[in-house]
Amino acid sequence: MDTTSVVEIGRPSVPRETVWRSLRGHLKGTEYTWALAFVVPYVAVFLTFVAYPVVYGLWMGSEAGLYRELFDDPIYQKTVVNTVLYLAFGVNVKMFLALLLSGFFMRPGWWMKALLLIFVLPWAVPQISTFISIHWMLNGEWGFLNNVLYTLFHVEGPHWLNDRWTALAAVIVSHIWKWTPFWTLILLAGRMAIPLDIRDTAKVDGATGLRGFVHITFPLLANLYLICTLLSTIFLLGDFNAVYFVSGGGPANTTHVLATLGIRNAFEIAQPRLGVAAVMSALPLVIPLVIVLMRKLRTAEVQL
Amino acid sequence: MSTIAVDAALTSSRAESRAHRAVRRRRYLTTAGTAVLSLALVVWTILPIYNMVLISLEPEGDVFTDHIWPRVASLESFWGVLTQGHWYLEHFWRQFANSIYMGAMVTILTLVIGSLTSFSLGRMRIRHGWLVSNAALLTYVIPASFLAIPFYRIMQNYGMANNVWSVIAALVAFATPYAIFVFQEYGRSIPIEVDESARIDGASPIQVYLRIYLPLMAPALVAVGTYAMLLAWNEYLYQFLLLSSKSSMTVPVALAQFLSSDQSPWNYMMATAIIYALPPVAIYYAFRRRMSAGLTMGGVKG
Repeated sequence: MDTTSVVEIGRPSVPRETVWRSLRGHLKGTEYTWALAFVVPYVAVFLTFVAYPVVYGLWMGSEAGLYRELFDDPIYQKTVVNTVLYLAFGVNVKMFLALLLSGFFMRPGWWMKALLLIFVLPWAVPQISTFISIHWMLNGEWGFLNNVLYTLFHVEGPHWLNDRWTALAAVIVSHIWKWTPFWTLILLAGRMAIPLDIRDTAKVDGATGLRGFVHITFPLLANLYLICTLLSTIFLLGDFNAVYFVSGGGPANTTHVLATLGIRNAFEIAQPRLGVAAVMSALPLVIPLVIVLMRKLRTAEVQL
Repeated sequence: MSTIAVDAALTSSRAESRAHRAVRRRRYLTTAGTAVLSLALVVWTILPIYNMVLISLEPEGDVFTDHIWPRVASLESFWGVLTQGHWYLEHFWRQFANSIYMGAMVTILTLVIGSLTSFSLGRMRIRHGWLVSNAALLTYVIPASFLAIPFYRIMQNYGMANNVWSVIAALVAFATPYAIFVFQEYGRSIPIEVDESARIDGASPIQVYLRIYLPLMAPALVAVGTYAMLLAWNEYLYQFLLLSSKSSMTVPVALAQFLSSDQSPWNYMMATAIIYALPPVAIYYAFRRRMSAGLTMGGVKG
């Protein structure tokens, strides 16, 4: 076996020619050089700044002992619960709202267009600005929300960010506030892409309102909705800013999600490997998602 | 006979007017519902932004109040930010320039690298191009924050920490995949014969790229450029980890530093946050149409 392969390697002329042709494809000499030169920058960027960190991260988090330490950490256990809740509510409430609102914005008239302009503001304003604002808005003593509650109803609002569950709810609502407009625009475009004659025929056949939605609109949107949900799940798993700025992981590290816990472990308690391990513990969820998404995105050619 | 006819006519017209009324009532209800929902949406959307404006208009030291309207609108805090009047803000303009530089570099590099790659993949149809597309697709679906720790380590090893180029590298790596998709998708609408006839006329690939491909791709370039710029402007984690000195940090990092202090000057913070939010909002509204065209380019073929 070994000898044959050595012999084959030692016979360059003919195979090299075919290898060269198979690499070059239909492009001729200089053309191929150009085509290669054009992809080199991206390949270099990918290898240095994506592939290398991925491998480095896998190496950093490859010790089994790390995970024992991580799973015993009560903060980590809470973080997993938070992450699951964040995913379950953050993704689904947001996507469902986006689905309903995209239907709402299909209504005709200048009024709807103007409303849409205002509605996309959360998406256009940088996260840092708005999440800091929300953080202060929820302050128990001087926050805007409690001021409103007191002025309008004479109710003393709670200290929103001093309780684990209200703080987590605040983070989830902030995420929904920030990202619903984006997904609404995507689904709105999806609805617009449904050919007019399908909608008209459906209307003639009496499929209006809820029936039209269930039998016509949703089946046509279902694939897009699924892809958006999966993508938004991945994006939300990696969402650092909402938690970091709205609740800061507090009170007493009870509202972390995996993304913020990783950074906290790595930089606040200076255990980078434990940080990587926290992030890597999401891989059982991330890998299947990535596989499904890559297949879906490649075939459906949905651009987000 | 005639009375029956009159009766029939009467009842039919009554039924008609009843139906009319029902339709009209339904229309009123829909309009009212739309109005209520619109109002709720506006309030919901505006609330955090209103809070930002409200606090930024407070005079110094008056943040800890309980009113929900600005009593005296003071522009003091904006002036303070613009003149670097608070000790937290002594490097504001430097940091703002850093943000702009970073955003501009990310935008330019994303456009250049993305368009070159998509030209090679989509127009020249380089062999094994699918490998590159898959690498891009994979990058697109990996959460950037998951790579922050190893990325930070690597940059430290290279001595690139505290260098804005380390942030630019990270953001370009994460923005380019989207650029490649949009460009490839948009490129499909340009017939390949355009390139071929130019090639027959003796143009080299780089000439085709510069003189034909780029001008025809202008709308997609605008969309992706806006996207890359907004991405850079929205990013916090990498800037926070990689930029630590006061003169190299960007506005978001400086803003977050406010938070860690007990005596945060909230009116200055909010004024800074508003000033920081102005460029992306302006750019977004300027290129809105192109942007949403880019977001949905290629449409929903699935």
